[in-house]
Amino acid sequence: MTDLDTFRTETRAWLAENCPPEMRKPVRSEDDVCWGGRQFKPSSPAQKEWLDKMAAKGWTVPDWPKAYGGGGLSPAETKILREEMAAIKARNPLNSFGISMLGPALLKYGTEEQKLDHLTKIARGEIRWCQGYSEPNAGSDLAGLATSAEDKSDHYLVNGQKVWTSYADKADWIFCLVRTDKTSKQGGISFVLFDMASPGVSTKPILLISGNSPFCETFFDNVKVPKVNRVYEENKGWDVAKYLLGHEREMISGMGLASSGGNPLIDGAIATVGLGHDGRLADPLLRASIAMFEVRAKAFGAMSERFIDELKAGKAHPAQPSMMKYYGTELNKSRYELMMAAGGSDALEWDSERSRGGAIPRSWLRTKANSIEGGTSEIQLNIIAKRILELPA
Amino acid sequence: MPLYLDDDQTALQDTIRDFVAEHAPVSHMRALRDADDKTGFSRDLWKQFAEMGFTGILVGEDQGGLGLGHVEAGVVLEEIGRNLSPSPFLSTAVAAVEALKGTGQAERWFPGIIAGETVAALAIDEGAKHRDTVAMKAERSGNGFKLTGAKRFVTHGHTADLIIVAARTGGSDNDTDGITLFAVPKDTAGLTANAERLADSSLAARLEFEGVEVDADAVIGEVDAGRTPLDRLLRAGRTGASAELLGVGGGAMNMTVGYMKQRKQFGTLIGSFQALQHRAAHLYSEMEVARAAVLKAQQLLDQGSERADEAVSVAKAMTTLATTLSVQEGIQMHGGIGMTDEYDIGFYMKRARVLAEMFGDANFHADRLAIAAGY
Repeated sequence: MTDLDTFRTETRAWLAENCPPEMRKPVRSEDDVCWGGRQFKPSSPAQKEWLDKMAAKGWTVPDWPKAYGGGGLSPAETKILREEMAAIKARNPLNSFGISMLGPALLKYGTEEQKLDHLTKIARGEIRWCQGYSEPNAGSDLAGLATSAEDKSDHYLVNGQKVWTSYADKADWIFCLVRTDKTSKQGGISFVLFDMASPGVSTKPILLISGNSPFCETFFDNVKVPKVNRVYEENKGWDVAKYLLGHEREMISGMGLASSGGNPLIDGAIATVGLGHDGRLADPLLRASIAMFEVRAKAFGAMSERFIDELKAGKAHPAQPSMMKYYGTELNKSRYELMMAAGGSDALEWDSERSRGGAIPRSWLRTKANSIEGGTSEIQLNIIAKRILELPA
Repeated sequence: MPLYLDDDQTALQDTIRDFVAEHAPVSHMRALRDADDKTGFSRDLWKQFAEMGFTGILVGEDQGGLGLGHVEAGVVLEEIGRNLSPSPFLSTAVAAVEALKGTGQAERWFPGIIAGETVAALAIDEGAKHRDTVAMKAERSGNGFKLTGAKRFVTHGHTADLIIVAARTGGSDNDTDGITLFAVPKDTAGLTANAERLADSSLAARLEFEGVEVDADAVIGEVDAGRTPLDRLLRAGRTGASAELLGVGGGAMNMTVGYMKQRKQFGTLIGSFQALQHRAAHLYSEMEVARAAVLKAQQLLDQGSERADEAVSVAKAMTTLATTLSVQEGIQMHGGIGMTDEYDIGFYMKRARVLAEMFGDANFHADRLAIAAGY
């Protein structure tokens, strides 16, 4: 047996022993997702147990160094862990913008102190982060941001407004792009971290078409941010921001993947339309649409695996996250269009217990933001055209 | 196993890419067509393939082959696709070899295949659309069997030395069981082959079997259990056709993107127009996803995974969708010149259409996925 075979055997045994049965069932609603943080209240003892056990092994962030709370696993070992978790349909022990976005950026650009302090807390789910990027006049043209950070020797004085700040009202800290030089667009941006409990920070939820409110407007009024909280050099925050965006796109692209445990789309269609005597869905055109969608969804599953493998091996094109983000989000929108078509009037129920509080229609509406947030589909296509296909400006 | 080519596979890719581009570029296919070549491919080139060992790519080393897998066979096929090289590689070195592998027929046919002397054809389709049904009869007769029926869309069928035939020894047309696979040598009495030139200028035969008598030792594997070698053949053929499609789609895309960088209209390069950039970027995305699907199918086949069959259907359907888009966008973005025979892009569209039908089109494979998933 190779070392990897041994690792697989041991991992399988450990997961069998330590992953609570309740954590092997699909997440039922947003309240059921573990985000960690100072305000976090576990939805069940099993959820807490699963987070604690995984964090103790460093497996909330398996490929981070052990010194920063990670598992110190190699890419091949990380892949095995992921496969073995998928095999028993184990839930993610911790969802976190700290893991998927800030962490990779700190690993590359942070000081040793910043890594030791923030990464370990992210790994244990102690601090929940939000992202301060978009502004009312800086969406797709992100570098046009105006939130100012005035130099006050040992600290910056931050003033301005962010928008579309996901879960700002639930987050403990923010990673934020601020303007430290007005004379240069991309060369005048700095990347800073600060506590959302700092005086001068306020948030206001934005109600969406889904009836939910994951996003906020966030206001800064003379917020003091110590300079030690700046990541990388002053006015070079754009480098950090771009690197982080790559990871954000990687995370969002995961939405194109089918969730573990059954196939809600197919199960839903069978439940409403029914199977004919030949064992096929009684609506042949819906069946054809679903089957053709499944071709793309399964192919994209392979693409996601390939992308992660290439990323870990340093073989991926730096702009490939744009392609993943574009394809994954467009795919997710078509998945939910089909879910609505398959569900019929059942899928329209907005508040009923039967519909789990309108989980499907609300998600359907939520997916419409997928191809807008994190850089619109059109921005991703621009990036692919220019940076991968090298088409002329 | 990571989902990208390892160093050995990348080295093989470099070798085959140079070889095919040098010896069988699109102009090679055009020359064969213009000369109205009746074989449909170059026997000399096939010999060169043999000298480089490619004909035995899937044959075990103990039997004189390279002992490589479907990933490596796919690397070869992608370059064949990219250059539109007419070649019996897919039918012979991939599908036929997989059908014969591990059976008593391997010893008889592998040496000729490896030497580049034997070309194999696959007589499996009976209608204009690929289906799982087999109606051709194989009745016991004397020491062997008598084959009666017709097969269609048999690539290289008029010139092949070996024809692999799926026939029914029991049950009715739609049954899974009761099929037997036969290795029929060419020039067997009662077998006639009528070659037709297809849209892509390749040749495919309609075969008529009028009481064709074969010995019992022509059976590949076991009587009535031909589904096993036939499934091996189909998985390999479908995966191989997907890899070739990837080459066709990728070749057409590269040609189109290249054209966008040099063609000017309204005094500016057309590649700078955002409407075209977005379509090109979308096409790139579809091709990348198809590429991943193909490699996944190849790796699972090589691992002998039970998930391979599903991955093969995903690969064939996805490459068909992506490559169809690639050749259609290719013609459209080239504009009028793309419609001319003189320019190569049209050849890509024709080849893609033939490969789309081969071993089942996108609808056929999406339907297979649906049935397997229970809807």
